[in-house]
Amino acid sequence: MRLRELSLDDIESLAVGAWVLGTGGGGNPYLPLLNMRALYRDGHRVQLMDSGDLADDDCVGTVANMGAPLVGQERLTDSLTLARAVTRMEEHLGRKFRALMSMEIGGANGVRPFMAAAHLNRPVVDSDTMGRAYPEAQMTSVAVGGLTPYPLTAVDVRGFESIVHKVPTWKWTERVARKICVEYGSVAATCQPPRTGAEVKKWGIHGTTTKAINIGAAVRAAQRKHEDPVAAILSVESGKLLYRGKVIDVARRVTEGYLRGVVRFDGIDEFRGVGAHINFQNEWIVAYRDGQPLAMTPDLICVLDTVSGEAVGSETVRYGQRVTIIALPPPAVFLTPKGLEHVGPRAFGYDLEFRSVFSQ
Amino acid sequence: MRRIGIDVGGTNTDAVLIEEGKVAGAVKAPTSEDVTAGILDSLKTLAATGVLKGKKIDGVMIGTTHFINAVVQRRHLTKVAALRLGMPASASLPPFCDWPEDLANLVRGGVWMVEGGHEYDGRPFMPLDEAAVSRAAQEMKAQGLKSVGISSIFSPLDPSHEKRAAELVSAVIPDAVITCSSDLGRIGLLERENAGLLNAALADLSRDTIAAFEKAIRDSGIAAPLFITQNDGTVAEASQARRLPVYSFASGATNSMRGAAYLSGLSDAMVIDVGGTTTDVGQLKHGFPREANSVVKVGGVRTLFRMPDLLSIGLGGGSHVELEPLKVGPVSVGYRLLRDGIAFGGKQLTTTDIAIASDVLKLGDKKKVAHLGTAVCKKVFDEAARMAEEAIDRMKTEAGDVPLIAVGGGAFLIPEKLPGVSKVIHVRHGDCANAVGAAIAQVSGECDQIFKDLSRTEALSAAQGIANDRAVAAGAERKSLQTIESEDMPLAYLPGNSVRVRVRVVGDVAGA
Repeated sequence: MRLRELSLDDIESLAVGAWVLGTGGGGNPYLPLLNMRALYRDGHRVQLMDSGDLADDDCVGTVANMGAPLVGQERLTDSLTLARAVTRMEEHLGRKFRALMSMEIGGANGVRPFMAAAHLNRPVVDSDTMGRAYPEAQMTSVAVGGLTPYPLTAVDVRGFESIVHKVPTWKWTERVARKICVEYGSVAATCQPPRTGAEVKKWGIHGTTTKAINIGAAVRAAQRKHEDPVAAILSVESGKLLYRGKVIDVARRVTEGYLRGVVRFDGIDEFRGVGAHINFQNEWIVAYRDGQPLAMTPDLICVLDTVSGEAVGSETVRYGQRVTIIALPPPAVFLTPKGLEHVGPRAFGYDLEFRSVFSQ
Repeated sequence: MRRIGIDVGGTNTDAVLIEEGKVAGAVKAPTSEDVTAGILDSLKTLAATGVLKGKKIDGVMIGTTHFINAVVQRRHLTKVAALRLGMPASASLPPFCDWPEDLANLVRGGVWMVEGGHEYDGRPFMPLDEAAVSRAAQEMKAQGLKSVGISSIFSPLDPSHEKRAAELVSAVIPDAVITCSSDLGRIGLLERENAGLLNAALADLSRDTIAAFEKAIRDSGIAAPLFITQNDGTVAEASQARRLPVYSFASGATNSMRGAAYLSGLSDAMVIDVGGTTTDVGQLKHGFPREANSVVKVGGVRTLFRMPDLLSIGLGGGSHVELEPLKVGPVSVGYRLLRDGIAFGGKQLTTTDIAIASDVLKLGDKKKVAHLGTAVCKKVFDEAARMAEEAIDRMKTEAGDVPLIAVGGGAFLIPEKLPGVSKVIHVRHGDCANAVGAAIAQVSGECDQIFKDLSRTEALSAAQGIANDRAVAAGAERKSLQTIESEDMPLAYLPGNSVRVRVRVVGDVAGA
């Protein structure tokens, strides 16, 4: 059994890297990071586990917060509430989890499983179900795999506990859990439908926590040495630099409960005179250059602050920001016909045939 | 309208009189250790020019870096009791949790967290535990704490729990100075709470400083109300500034940009403010500096203050110059320029020496720099221009050429032509742009909250009404109010068309 204890420095890097993999959504991991600093100060430690070390019949708990990132800025994520979502699920199942796992490595949820793990003294599997952030529950590798979409526990810090006992599809998991979350005040700690070791090994997206740590470590090292942090990311990931520019317009609107809109850019440096825009639904979905599609989901589109290399989110992107847009390769599971059905451009309402920037 | 603007800088205290839209007088006096004397000196010098004679002054507007320096230098800070309403939420991240340890140790008098707070839609999150608040107040009293910062979940939406808790604390500690986080605006509990705690930590310094400013004005014989300039280029009445000193943190940079706008008559342009040690580059939009994008750290503490988006580079009138190989800045002789510069008998070659050698400035002893030939001087000026050009390009948000206003004592380093700039504008009194910006400051009001079940137009208009009322409460004349920022953000996942609206309005000081 190979367990790797994470240092606080690893977790600092994880927070920076998870925000990059958030592809515009998922919420800034700063508050979960603060929680981890406090937990480490109090002597807690967390361990990372390779999915290959799970036994087929092990039981794995998938941890995530649900809700509006804005509410999370006022009702700050509490590590004990996340841990309670996990133990509530264990009580419901009548068995203990061997390990915990991220639902979504991108954004704040990339760090949250470690907050629960610190209290529960359970390792976290180095895998997730998105490899990035996505807005809906059926946009996961386990949903593409057609795995059981229930039960789900949702816990409120005031002690409210709900269980979504049975639903027919992942879309229904999303609908029912979302309703509970809204009644709680648009934030809930959840333990997602449990997985067996065999399911994680087959359908998990592997090595994503390590990937986030590596990206974050590269950015932080470049910041310290006053080097180009974007180049540093591209040195540890096989990504592509797509564009450099300044934000010249941001239009946001809510439709069907999601934050959608367009950000427009004017090119700088070698992109001077070249226009670009990105359409988003919480996350960056399709990027265009001079009106032609440049990159699209499931390719990861990452908008980075050109100077700091840190990610820029769709909720916080603002006029005048100087950014660099890069693409990172998507998880293979989303490149299958079934995967593209769940997360390809058509799943977001774009009449586009998926074309990866990495196959050009 | 007749106003005096004063900029209390690190080296000089500048004072200007603005009368009927014109600079009627401008003077400089050295900044004193005791601020009062420097202000008094500058006012006396201004009076000695005869421009004030027998005239009614509508206001004295002072810009100061006093409060931000206290935080950055960890001086003159008061111990604070932090009271947060919102349990059981957020318990794992208590007040001061993300402060640098040295500052937290200086300021943290104690932390109390009790039940209370609201939801995003205005429903109570938990009823306020009044008994627990009163118990906390007793403990604060026992510890001798008199400065209190109160924060509550979603208080920008509903400040009632914070206000009630303030009453309960006052009942136990009648002379308590209380900062409610809802007075500091924005959504974001930790950042808003941090701002409130910093504000509470400045309680004593703020009381003493504002009293010193008022005394200096009184002693100078000027009968005019005192205003303090704010981060956003507006002013607050002395009483409000005393209560909320954090709002004047970044007023120096803002004043110089607003002053540049006023002196040049342009409202949309780039501004380059060349001081003794550093050069700040920013962008004016509608006569106000463009604000920084996000979280601003003050003395290492994350806050959500409205601060101008500036790029600072190490270039100024006191910058060290090395000729082989050519290097200008970032080290500077600073306030020792008139002693250490070669033209003044010192040993350090500075950009000012270069300007004297090439007849750009008439200062010091030109003979001492006569050995600097035309070619050498040109190289140094070219290097300074290159540094400025790069900074301007990084701050520009549009592709075409833009006008550039050059102000500050070191503005002579900026040439008449720069790539990417349509024209360079050097203005008269540009070396006092800070004080001019203070003199012309306006009053603002802001609203930042979530509206539910309203159309976008209705929500914007409701927010505008609130911002207008706040501006009037802060001393603005209602009929002069103008909206200068309006931003709406629909909230993902929230039901019922929730939209977060932020509106900012400004207007002239009433009676001006």
